[in-house]
Amino acid sequence: MSKYILKRLILMIPVLLGITIISFSVMKVAPGDPVSLVTDLNPNMNEEAIKRIRDHYGLNEPVHVQYYKWLRNMVMLDFGRSFASDNRPVIDKILERIHVTIMINVISLLLILSIAIPIGVMSAVKQNSLFDRGTTVFVFLGFAVPTFWLALLLMILFGVKLEWLPISGLRSLNAASLSPLGQLADIARHLILPVFVSAFGGLAGMSRYMRSNMLEVIRQDYITTARAKGLDERTVIFKHALRNALLPVVTLLGLSVPGLIGGSVIFETVFAIPGMGQLFYQSVMMRDYPTIMGILVIGAVLTLVGNLLADICYSVADPRIRVSG
Amino acid sequence: MTDLVCRSVSTVSIDALAGRLDFDYSPLELGNGRKNVSRKFSNRIILAVVLVIAAELVVAGLSADNPAAQVGTPAAKADDQPAYGDMLVRGSIGDASVLLPVLASDSGSFDITGMIYNGLVKYDKDINLIGDLAERWEISEDKLTIRFFLRKDVKFQDGKPFTARDVEYTYKIYVDPKTPTAYATPFLKVKDFRVLDDYTVEVTYGKPYAPALGSWGAGVLPRHLLEGTDITQSPLKRNPIGTGPFRFKEWATGEKIVVDAYDDYYDGRPYISRVLTRIIPDLATMFLELKAGRIDQMGLSPLQFTRQTETKQFKENFNKYKYLSFGYTYLGYNLKDWRFQDKRVRQALTTAINRDSIVQGVLLGLGVVAQTPYNPDTFWYNPNVKKFPYDPEKAKQMLAEAGWKDTDGDGILDKDGKPFQFTILTNQGNDLRKNAATIIQRDLKRVGIQAKIRVIEWAAFVKNFLDKREYEACLLGWGIGIDPDQTDIWNSTKTAQHQLNFMSYSNKEVDQLLDDGVSTYDRDERKKYYDRFQEIIAEDQPYTFLWVADALQIVNARIHGVKPAPAGLTYNFDKWYVPKPLQKYHIQQ
Repeated sequence: MSKYILKRLILMIPVLLGITIISFSVMKVAPGDPVSLVTDLNPNMNEEAIKRIRDHYGLNEPVHVQYYKWLRNMVMLDFGRSFASDNRPVIDKILERIHVTIMINVISLLLILSIAIPIGVMSAVKQNSLFDRGTTVFVFLGFAVPTFWLALLLMILFGVKLEWLPISGLRSLNAASLSPLGQLADIARHLILPVFVSAFGGLAGMSRYMRSNMLEVIRQDYITTARAKGLDERTVIFKHALRNALLPVVTLLGLSVPGLIGGSVIFETVFAIPGMGQLFYQSVMMRDYPTIMGILVIGAVLTLVGNLLADICYSVADPRIRVSG
Repeated sequence: MTDLVCRSVSTVSIDALAGRLDFDYSPLELGNGRKNVSRKFSNRIILAVVLVIAAELVVAGLSADNPAAQVGTPAAKADDQPAYGDMLVRGSIGDASVLLPVLASDSGSFDITGMIYNGLVKYDKDINLIGDLAERWEISEDKLTIRFFLRKDVKFQDGKPFTARDVEYTYKIYVDPKTPTAYATPFLKVKDFRVLDDYTVEVTYGKPYAPALGSWGAGVLPRHLLEGTDITQSPLKRNPIGTGPFRFKEWATGEKIVVDAYDDYYDGRPYISRVLTRIIPDLATMFLELKAGRIDQMGLSPLQFTRQTETKQFKENFNKYKYLSFGYTYLGYNLKDWRFQDKRVRQALTTAINRDSIVQGVLLGLGVVAQTPYNPDTFWYNPNVKKFPYDPEKAKQMLAEAGWKDTDGDGILDKDGKPFQFTILTNQGNDLRKNAATIIQRDLKRVGIQAKIRVIEWAAFVKNFLDKREYEACLLGWGIGIDPDQTDIWNSTKTAQHQLNFMSYSNKEVDQLLDDGVSTYDRDERKKYYDRFQEIIAEDQPYTFLWVADALQIVNARIHGVKPAPAGLTYNFDKWYVPKPLQKYHIQQ
């Protein structure tokens, strides 16, 4: 097993390298560069001033040299400094935002699992029933409704009309004067709408996946056997069928690990949440190469690690699968 | 075009900064929300609420039981005394990036640094330069030397005194080739900078340079905290210390920036104790926060201004302000293109475009038709230029005179066998421009010209089309500074790649007028040059000037002392106050 993990880890290196090379090249091909925001159509800029600023960021060197320099620092886990005018270390910019995004995504993922799995199971067990059709409509509604629109409607209802919940942001203006417990409650109140909106959109995928897994499993011979030996339906479904139907979900969870750090721009913009989505979007618009690369690398590593974890969990959970090392 | 960012005193210093021509290609409008340098100087300020109140008083006089008469007249109450305290919450769509004015390039940053730093000079409510950190100044006979006499009672927010050495350091950091600043130009024109004593500095220029004085509005940095350090890595980028009315308190990235009143401000402590700028990237969300009373000041869109804030709730709790912004939108023609080289064709195009309907349709009437590059409400504007009012029949005639006729009967004018077709380029993310282009397309079709519209992402637009001069016509906007110098856009020497005369406009007389204008200090004499310059530009029509939009602002009615003036709204921000009975937040500093 450990040999297998080691092998997978070593194989990650060329994959990661490939990802960074492609990302770096695509980024460079896009028109404009970090300084163009300041220099384009700016009357105070002459060729010399532009060159000076470009030199400051090392942009006058050939692309492969720029990549090499970036890679050399990356290997030492130095993400470099942002090209945005704040010029801060990329890692600081990511760290100050990543916890918010992870918090929202984890809560929303747990919410999705705790709702989607029962919905999926029940839909499969009572296939084509009113419940099945009703939840299908419901989850697809969540999937299809534009986030920003739903968010604004909820804000108007709960924030403006009823005044039950805060509209946007993560903290109240007076948060600093609250007790630690009060601050926690304050954040929780602010999270209700964002988490609901993001979970509502994610229900469809997970519940449909669960439903089809379940449908497949309950047609298996061993379920027929279980029923044949006289087990009650509850035991058949929850003990025999569910455990098998859950297995593929592990893979899905593994794949959602990188998603935990990736925020949605639209969602964060509407709720004024300073998360990773906004940072990435702004970095792309500003052609802030080090920040873009930093986020991409973290995302790539998490994707690969998530895959590996899923495979490992899979082999642990499913005795039929054994890794060959 | 509307300013989405709430402003502060800051804009004074941005504009003052080098009197630069702040080009309003605002990437904000491009969608990344960073750089909308807000503009706020204008003569025509319509204090909407004053009109509303006036109207209501009249009504009240006629019918005594009209409840509306009690609405919104706090100014008349006896307890309307300036008082210290309370907090002002502003909404901003973009976060700041760096709080050192020399390094910043976005309005989010300037909005904050403007409250924290002072320059040597500033603009007063009527856009005249007055002393700020400089008590007074003298300009030598030959107009080459300015001597600034500095205030002696100014302290930085860390308690250290402000002296001439700080001014010297600030100047040096602007001209240092290692400083990645976009605002070095006016300081590079300084030939000699001398500190005469602790409170006197003297700057000498190589030749008379009218925008020089205004350029000293740049925020003065604390030498004792910065000298000898690498300014790009200074902790002051996120913890600024200046001499201004507000001192920095807290910055939660992407969330909020908090500044508190500075007790030892030389011009007296501001009344408002705390200013909290909330970063809310979505204008619809920000508007809901305003509606829920959790934001006190924000910029509005034309739709929000005309429709969504016309309710009773808004009229009771908020005051709205509008004034012409410093900037204009235009349709520019590539003068290298043979069809646009004929002046008559350009005049005909302007005549064919119904600009009034564009202002009505696109801006909902919140703006005026532009005729020249200057704000119609400022000193520099020349109202007596040739105008080309909408008249499609006349436009057809003018085009016929220039040789454009529909000879093959396909509805499109042609000349030498070539149909009159061209593409209007505009940038992505600005719906006002896209909508205007659509109206123009319709108008031109009526006179037999086929226009296509192409919307392109900003960076690609500049690199692939403007810089290469590979376009036929473009719909863009310029922001303009307070100084009237327009050399960079209209001088025939400014046509190289990256430069701003990308229409390739060339007129010897204009070149001379702009040169004369920039070296003339006397305002009235200087205006003569710019008046003539505007006449020529209006005659030549290298652009069809489209509109000057209104800046639209809303402020909670409990904030008093807001006095719109030609300089806009926030020039006296530190004198705004909330009377004691109306104070909403209790601030302990």
